[in-house]
Amino acid sequence: MAELNTGGDGGKGKKVRSKKSNPGVDLTAMVDLAFLLITFFMLTTTLSKPQAMPLPMPDKEQPDRPDKTKIPEERMMTILIGSNNRILWYMGKFDNPSIPPTEAAFGKNGIRKDLLKNVELGKAYAKQEGKPQQGLVVNIKASDKANYRNLVDILDEMAITKPQLFAIGDMTAGELDLLKQSGLY
Amino acid sequence: MTAMCDVAFLLLSFFIMTATAKQPEPKPVDTPQSTVIEKLPDEGVATITIGQKQVFFLMPKNIRRATLERMSELRNVKFTEEEYAEFEKLEGFGVKMSELKSLLKLSPGERVKENVQKGIPYDSINNQLFDWVKQARESQRAFYDEKFQAGEITAEEYGVKGDLQIAIKGDAKEEYPTIKRVMDILQEQKKNKFYLVTGLRDEDF
Repeated sequence: MAELNTGGDGGKGKKVRSKKSNPGVDLTAMVDLAFLLITFFMLTTTLSKPQAMPLPMPDKEQPDRPDKTKIPEERMMTILIGSNNRILWYMGKFDNPSIPPTEAAFGKNGIRKDLLKNVELGKAYAKQEGKPQQGLVVNIKASDKANYRNLVDILDEMAITKPQLFAIGDMTAGELDLLKQSGLY
Repeated sequence: MTAMCDVAFLLLSFFIMTATAKQPEPKPVDTPQSTVIEKLPDEGVATITIGQKQVFFLMPKNIRRATLERMSELRNVKFTEEEYAEFEKLEGFGVKMSELKSLLKLSPGERVKENVQKGIPYDSINNQLFDWVKQARESQRAFYDEKFQAGEITAEEYGVKGDLQIAIKGDAKEEYPTIKRVMDILQEQKKNKFYLVTGLRDEDF
């Protein structure tokens, strides 16, 4: 491919000419290397930009605004994160949950199934109330033994299952006791 | 072949030129993964790195000097012109205000060694992280205020860039209370929206 044909057809006569050396250089290896480097730089430059998850938090300063609308307990789900990547969740009020506290694991076969079910449930409730745009509200409460990965995992589940609203809150003493009793703390 | 070779090298030189060399970080952390495909904004983002209960702070280059000037006034630590210049080159740091001077004397190689930087204090008695974030935000505001007054940027741009964005880059194994504490510090100064820096994964986890 890269060779230049420079040898003249020559030999009409009987003279034997010494063959001219071929001036063409085989570029294949060099081009291979160049493309390898291109691929490397292309991949590293685009992937090095860090991924980020935007996290809006509620304003702390105004805990009891008069115009604050109450969220019906039926479509409120509380997720408690305990130690060693374990989760406990319940629906409704703490004293009188509509779905009692249930243990779950992280991942698509754990909390995501429950979440998807509850998102549907929340939508159904909202429809009954005559607010079809609204849906499930999730309250995330991590204990002191949870780690950062757990928090991001749960926030990620929120991004996947898309409840109407989610918030990160502080755990109450009662909920901490519940976690301890369930052996998840 | 020659043409292909030319194109390949042209592209190669382009990528090499545009590639930014990765700066050594004083605190390398292993971020958790998420499925959210959103990139951090290119500019106007300060990063708080959290690992092993230590907190490090990285500001955009354009506000470093102004922030240090404000901090110097606030905490009564004087810096020389060389130290300001050195601070502008500093990619993230994690020391107390009183140790900043000695950190600036070290060479960049020595700074990233282990146990040289022990994190910015963020407890309630000596909450230097709060001050750093607050001063950085004010510097950013002042920086863009000036540009806006001079008519260099539009009101829309001013609205977007005027407030310094904060990204939290936490180690996946970091305990939740530490992260919570940093989030609380941000919320104390009404910074309610911030970014969590994560890696990428698909939904099958």
